[in-house]
Formats: sequence, structure tokens, C-alpha cells
Amino acid sequence: MQKIALNVSKIREDFPILKRKINRNKTLVYFDNAATTQKPLSVINAIHDYYMNYNSNIHRAVHQMAEEATIAYERTREEIAKFINAHSTDEIIFTRNATEAINLISYSWGRANVKKDDYVVITEIEHHSNIVPWQILTQEKRAKLLYVGVDDSGYLKMEDYKRYIESNKVKLISVSHMSNVLGTIVPINEIIKKAHDKGVKVMVDGAQSVPHMPVDVQNMDCDFMAFSAHKMLGPTGVGVLYVKREILDKMSPFMGGGDMIKEVHKYETRYNDLPYKFEGGTPNIADVIGFGAAIDYLNEIGMDNIREHEIDITNYAIKTITDVKGVIVYGPSSSNHRGGIVSFNIGDIHPHDLATIMNDHGLAIRSGHHCAQVLMERLNVAATSRASFYIYNTKEEVDIFINALEEARRLFRI
Amino acid sequence: MSDDIYREIILDHYRNPRNKGKLSNADVSIHDSNPLCGDEIDIHLKVEKDKIKEIKFEGRGCAISQASASMLTEMVMDKPLTVVKDLTTKDVLENIGLMNLGPARIKCALLSLKVLKLGMVNYYADKDPQSAKKLTDDSELY
Repeated sequence: MQKIALNVSKIREDFPILKRKINRNKTLVYFDNAATTQKPLSVINAIHDYYMNYNSNIHRAVHQMAEEATIAYERTREEIAKFINAHSTDEIIFTRNATEAINLISYSWGRANVKKDDYVVITEIEHHSNIVPWQILTQEKRAKLLYVGVDDSGYLKMEDYKRYIESNKVKLISVSHMSNVLGTIVPINEIIKKAHDKGVKVMVDGAQSVPHMPVDVQNMDCDFMAFSAHKMLGPTGVGVLYVKREILDKMSPFMGGGDMIKEVHKYETRYNDLPYKFEGGTPNIADVIGFGAAIDYLNEIGMDNIREHEIDITNYAIKTITDVKGVIVYGPSSSNHRGGIVSFNIGDIHPHDLATIMNDHGLAIRSGHHCAQVLMERLNVAATSRASFYIYNTKEEVDIFINALEEARRLFRI
Repeated sequence: MSDDIYREIILDHYRNPRNKGKLSNADVSIHDSNPLCGDEIDIHLKVEKDKIKEIKFEGRGCAISQASASMLTEMVMDKPLTVVKDLTTKDVLENIGLMNLGPARIKCALLSLKVLKLGMVNYYADKDPQSAKKLTDDSELY
């Protein structure tokens, strides 16, 4: 496919927040996209439009507004199915966030399939949301939680997978497609192929990858995938769980309640069809509709072009930051294996102090353990600073960032 | 602004913390952390004749949290417990000269005071449960 450079100045016009000032007169430079992204006007308007013009509950009522709301809500599901190339919309379940999607799998599929002495395999790069649910499950089932290691360059130790899988005890592998700290893009197809050869199921945490690169669940052949709307221009409060149809058919519901049922009698219930069986209660209608507008926006730009833009800006950032005295950058050096995330430390400046100094310059960066304390221990650091990019970021903003770093260095006399 | 925060004295206490380390035979040892930042502070106290005979801290975190802990140990060393238990957040912020911190960073500056107060509560728990309860109720820190 022909790659087209992003028209970033045109894109920036669509994000009103980018015009705001920080510290009275500094223009916002938003480099905290791995935490959450900004929202284009079309997303804000879609939510506004729903509440202004057709607010009503979905799936049940017969009146016109309910029908309009149902159509808009289900349109997002269709767009998401296309966006990740799912086989059908039945495989797309809306949750509150990626965390809830992972928990849904651990409570529903995990409880039914993971038994005493089985292995669940995760990695040292995981976000807490892909660690804690599996700790809860394996403790409850007296199963074993195993970690695939990460090497000093930020790559997974693939030989660990081989060793674990050969034990024939692994029931599930859950792995982040892209590390939220190191930016590492893991060899997901290879992991899934190895796992499936031995009948092991694979859950992919796509929270960082789906917003930033083309992701095709059929090509990847994953069994489960989780991601979040708010990290891809959409609103907070909406997550997506993809589950392969053949697995979903056999799964028990996660939450009982309205909308997930066909018939309820005093002592038994017939559950609703897929995917509604897994969406108990009134969902987050407005924000799902807003998410639809976000997907439209991303489709308009093209995921290949977004990936290309981020490779370009990340390479520039790594090249320039490496010239700053005292800086250590974490993660893979090859942009083929790295998303638009740069984690680093500078001298003995604690990341929180650095973030405070950056804020003086209008820069929003992230500092801390990034909900990945297992990885922090592995890197032997308490915290890192992280700059993460998206479609509206520019090399000029990277220059502002580098100047602010130099200022911090002077302030701390490094 | 950062120039006002990262003054020489803060950087000095950050890089050369006073009273840092363990304390053998401490009467009270208390640990707490700031989940937001991951700043950690341990405080060890030796009490004699209702005075703080010795205080040491261990910790890791940002310059504000660590400098603040270091300065707090100097502030309370050799002071009567009655004075220490009445220390306010204002006292501590004035002592370190950081009165204009935002809501996120103020937690860094006050973590060591929180740990010290928890230590006081712990110390009084058996000896004087009423004081312990009053300390818990009065504190703005938790």
C-alpha cells in the first residue's frame, strides 16, 4: 500500500485541546499518549449529538430514538470488527476498558479451564492489568503463574516460551503486543504459532498496539484480545474484548443482569445471543458511539500511515535525546520493533522531578512506574520518564522537549 | 516554577541526605509509600525520656520526598514527643521552603511527615491509646 505522510497541521486543527496554554503562556506539548490520547472534535461532537438529540436506552424500546441509538451503538461494533479484521461482530464485546476485558477472560474462561497445577504464562513487560487478574486466578485455582523474561535490550526471551510450552502444562499465554514502557513490539505471530502447536490459548493485550499500527486478529490468529477506546482518540469508559467465536460459544457469562438475557424465570435464565450475553446491564452508549467516530477518524488517516509517522518521530526523538548528557534510553534500538514510546532517565533526576520541570515548558510527559512494577524491578530502576507520541505530534515538539531536558540538566547541575 | 523548587538546599539534602540509614534497637519503625509516585520512606525512632533520642530514615524517590525526609529528621531530632506529635503540614512545608506545591507534588513533600505521624500513633498505641486515637483523628495526612 502507498504510504502517505500525515498532514499534521491539518490534523492538529481537529484537536481543540492542543491550543490550550500551560503555565499561563506555554503551548501544550502532549507526550503522554500511551496513558490516554486527546479527542478530535468529531468524537466530542458524536457524544454531544447523542445526548442532545437521541439519548435513549438501546436494544429494547421500540420508539424512534431507541432505534437510532441502537443503530449508532451497533455501528461502532461493526466498525471495530472491520478495524481489527474480526470474522464477525459476534466476536466483539464492549467492556469498560482493557482491564475489564482481561478480567472477563480470567473470570469466565479462566475459571472454567485453568485447573490445579496448570501454568498461566505472562511476561516481565506486562502492565499490572495483565498481571493481577492472573495472580488472582492462579492463586484461586492453585495453578502456577510463570514469567517470560525480558533481556537488557527490551526483547522477550523467546526460549522461555519454548521451555514452558514443552512442559505440556500451559493453559494460557497472555502477552502485551506492545510494551507500554519500552515500546517493544513482541513477535506475536511467532508466539501464537508456538502456543497453538501445543493447543495453548493466547490472550493479546492490544492496548498499546491497536491504536498505533494495523492489527489483524485473523492473521495473528489470537484467541482473545483486549484494547481501550481512550488510547485511540475515543472516550474513556469503553474497552473492547475480542474472542474467537468457537471459544466464545463455550464461555459462561461474566456478569448477570439486563440485556444479557433472553428469558428469565424464577430459578433459571436463558442467556442472550452473542455478543450480548457478555454485556450485562445498560452499556456506555454515548461513549461507544463516540468511539465509532474515533475509528472513522483513524480509518480516514490510515493505520499504515500512522505507524509510519510514529516511526519517523520516534527515530528523531531517540537520535536527539541520545545526545543529551546523562540520558539513558530503555528498550529496543530498532524502530521495526518499537512503537512510539521512549522511556528514559537522566542523571540522578527522579522522573517526578523531571516531569515537574517539563511541565514548566508546557510538556505533558509521564513519570513513574507506568503500572509495570515487575518490569521496573527487572530494569533495576524505581521509575522512568516516558514520552509517547501520536498522530498530532511533531518534530518541532520533540525539539521543545529536548530543550526542556537541557534546562533540567542545568537545574540539577548534571 | 521549578527554579523555586529545586534550590541548592533541596538538591543538597537530596544528594547528601542527613540521618539516612537503619537504626538498631529502634522503638518504632514505620514504612509507607506514595502509590502515585512510588516514593518510599521508612522511619526508625529511638525514644528516651519522652524525647526523640535518635531518628533515621531510609527511602527512595524524588528530590522533594527525599530532601523533605532528610530535613524532617533534623527538625525533630532531640525534640519532645509532645512537640513532634503536634507538627502540622504547614510547619513542615515552611521548614523546607516549599509552600506553593501543587496537589500531586505536595504528597511527595509530606510523605515523611505522614510516616513520622504513623510512627507516633504506633508508639502511643499501647502506652496511651487516647493520644493515639487523637493523633489519628486530627491528622490531615491520612
